[in-house]
Amino acid sequence: MGLFGKISLASILQRIFGKKHAKIGIYGPPNVGKTTLANRILRDWTGDIMGSVSEIPHETRRAKWKRNVKVENGSSSLLMDIVDTPGVATKVDFKDFMNTWGLSKDEAMRRAKEATEGVIESIKWLEDIDGVLLVMDSTQDPFTQVNVTILGNLEARNLPVLIAANKIDMEESSPATLKSAFPQHPVIPISALTGYNADNLYTTMVSHFSKKRKKNRR
Amino acid sequence: MTKKDTEISFNLVSRNKLDELSSQEKLQFIIKEVKKGKILVLEYGLTPFEQTNLIEHTMKEIEHDTFIGVEMEGLGQDRPSFIQKLLGFSKKPRVTLIGPANLLKTIRKDNDMIQTKIIPGRGAK
Repeated sequence: MGLFGKISLASILQRIFGKKHAKIGIYGPPNVGKTTLANRILRDWTGDIMGSVSEIPHETRRAKWKRNVKVENGSSSLLMDIVDTPGVATKVDFKDFMNTWGLSKDEAMRRAKEATEGVIESIKWLEDIDGVLLVMDSTQDPFTQVNVTILGNLEARNLPVLIAANKIDMEESSPATLKSAFPQHPVIPISALTGYNADNLYTTMVSHFSKKRKKNRR
Repeated sequence: MTKKDTEISFNLVSRNKLDELSSQEKLQFIIKEVKKGKILVLEYGLTPFEQTNLIEHTMKEIEHDTFIGVEMEGLGQDRPSFIQKLLGFSKKPRVTLIGPANLLKTIRKDNDMIQTKIIPGRGAK
């Protein structure tokens, strides 16, 4: 056993220069693949999953979290509490659930009510996280107000943001559009569904979320 | 469609008026006006914290048959100077358009233009 026992040089350096444990929120508008990505991360690093996924928006209506997910990158690693948050939206119309997704009126109204509560919960979680994995749909226009609002809020708090340009398995995806729209943040193209480029995401997560930053509170 | 349905109020709100209001008063003013069916053009936009507060307030105000939320789009952002950053100022959109989501629909937005449609009678009534 060496001078420092079981403590490696990498972990000593990480203790001095960066975080070892971070609470990371997965954020984004509804239906961009937040829970699919959370499931991918958990499946790859813990063998577990976070929750169910659906084509119907606002499937995740309560924040779910998993503690102590250890993501490794060579000699360094980061222990994360992963929080899968409900989709953030500026409007919720129960009629969309009926007309587009064929839900009954009662079911649609209940889902809409729960969705509004979920949005509020997501916003409240912003107070309590160390970094954000912001999921965007790379087949859609990135300049949505929800994306811009979440990013503005995180920048004002000085929280590290990593943008996951999801759904690159789809033909019409354009991760380059996201990169040019938000050049101030790292953008990692990924398919949460197939796992394509997940390794690149994990490498960037460890390096980006390990950095020490002073959080601004409101 | 009745004559009343075809009339949509567009209110331009000056920077001076907005500066007179606290964040809380600003949000209350916006939600009250938007719930009445008015579309507001703010000469100077909301801070990122005010924007998330507005979303939170909006979610609390949603009523299935009368108010389904807001459509909100801001044009560009003033980047704070180094001194402003030190003093805690953050980015702030310049012109911001806010209206009831059942009336106002964003078609396209980029750094230079916001294209919207006003659809009387659309969505919850």
